[in-house]
Amino acid sequence: MAGGSGSSAVFISEKEGDFVEKAMKRYMPIFVLPTFCAFILGFIVPFIMGIWLSFCKFTTVTDAKFVGFSNYVKAFQDTVFRHSFWLTALFAVVSLVVINVFAFALAMALTQKMRGTNIFRTIFFMPNLIGGIVLGYIWQLIFDGILSNYNTALKLNEWLGFWGLIILVSWQQIGYMMIIYIAGLQSIPGDVLEAAQIDGATRWQRLWKVTIPMMMPSITICVFLSITNGFKLFDQNLSLTAGEPSKMSEMMALNIYNTFYGRTGWEGVGQAKAVMFFILVVIIGMIQLRATRSKEVQQ
Amino acid sequence: MKWKNKLSWAGTGVFTILGIIYILPILIVLMNSFKKKVYINKEPFTLPNEKTFVGLENYLTAIDKYELLSAVGWTVFITIGSVLVILICTSMCAWYITRVNTKFTKLLYLLCVFSMVVPFQMVMFTLSLVADRTGLNTPWGIIIIYLGFGAGLAVFMFCGFVKSIPLEIEEAAMIDGCTPLRTFFSVVLPIMKPTYISVGILETMWIWNDFLLPYLVLDLNKYKTISIIIQYMKGSYGRVDMGAIMAALILAIIPVIIFYLSCQKHIIKGVAAGAVKG
Repeated sequence: MAGGSGSSAVFISEKEGDFVEKAMKRYMPIFVLPTFCAFILGFIVPFIMGIWLSFCKFTTVTDAKFVGFSNYVKAFQDTVFRHSFWLTALFAVVSLVVINVFAFALAMALTQKMRGTNIFRTIFFMPNLIGGIVLGYIWQLIFDGILSNYNTALKLNEWLGFWGLIILVSWQQIGYMMIIYIAGLQSIPGDVLEAAQIDGATRWQRLWKVTIPMMMPSITICVFLSITNGFKLFDQNLSLTAGEPSKMSEMMALNIYNTFYGRTGWEGVGQAKAVMFFILVVIIGMIQLRATRSKEVQQ
Repeated sequence: MKWKNKLSWAGTGVFTILGIIYILPILIVLMNSFKKKVYINKEPFTLPNEKTFVGLENYLTAIDKYELLSAVGWTVFITIGSVLVILICTSMCAWYITRVNTKFTKLLYLLCVFSMVVPFQMVMFTLSLVADRTGLNTPWGIIIIYLGFGAGLAVFMFCGFVKSIPLEIEEAAMIDGCTPLRTFFSVVLPIMKPTYISVGILETMWIWNDFLLPYLVLDLNKYKTISIIIQYMKGSYGRVDMGAIMAALILAIIPVIIFYLSCQKHIIKGVAAGAVKG
């Protein structure tokens, strides 16, 4: 778009860029070094060390001994870990559907002509700002208050814990996704919908043939976000059920944490699980992004 | 026309009810924070009455016995400190790596984008080791850890914005004799104000609510954040003081709600911007 405005402008700005670049280069230490050093310390070093340690047996780093793939083998043989993987996958899919359906419906409703839509948006977004630990204990009080009438509790039944977590996470994230959907809905040009209406499209047809295809970029983002959020979920899992009963409601992130800090001698296995978890998150992100991108409408 | 008007009022009515139901969990916790601790598990859904009402006792217990105020203090300190440092350092870094094209800056940018995908579990163990060894396990040190681990998203968002600023403005400033440092602070920084707000809000929300990173990095004998205290109160085996927990939950939520209501327009915008770019 901007490239069409003439090649001479591009040429000049490139030369000017050189001038700015030269002046700036001397200031590199001031501009880049603080972030760079912190980034090395807070990310690069732990990341590389993490990959290396996943092939080692250790309790502290100084006694690390290379053991090849045995940590990975142990991780695969760990039935609790395998269970946590399937539980997490199921959780991610269910929460993805619940969150996005409700968020989309709310966004549709709150972009209609209606009094008080701004207040409603504010309210639905609010739980999103509360931290995972706090959320877990809020809902634990409520669920256990209800369940005590039926002589049971969240920590006694795996599936109660699972659905409790779904409700909690939906409550937290629906407002967030709603905001993204509202931004998407507002960017649909009104004349497109009007044209469809004049051509005789019903409300239902307009939703499926116009609105949703035009919303594909927002849907991509929300699906991507809610699925990775589902996989990375930790705080809420820890505070709501802490994996009870007997690790049956333990999801992957919590399982990795417990392997590290709950079993001495298993630190290497924990790190191997963490590496697999990382690869999994990256793969899901990439597949998912490609799958929905192909459905996006060119605008 | 009239019929449509009625429909919109009906919608408002339905959503008012939905909205109240939606914030009910918070209200229930608020209500329970004024009850005697033994009644909280027994009857969580009844309003406090003469028998169960204790006034501010739960809040006082939480503050006295569990040192909640110092936790609030440290959380505020860590959040504000980290966010300020992140904003200044990463925006300067982002300006530099967008304007100066070398292999190093390109690599740094790619690494930042890459770091956004990495889940915290991948680095948590080694990060806490690094923090211990380098003595960064204090509220001052954790700021550097947050700068390092939070740099990815912040640099990415700032870079996206810097690309849209016309170079001519900076060029003019530098021809007029500004050093790059002065150009940045008096020309680039004011233009980037909206991005500062967006990034600042995203980082604030993350750091204020973060549990695992401070839990693993901080020296817990000396420093605790609100999330850590709440986890401690609940995790201590034996007697769990539900009253104090309710009070702590409310004290953790109140600052967030004040922050939210005072700048909700920016928050919602910031979230939308962050999501679209992330």
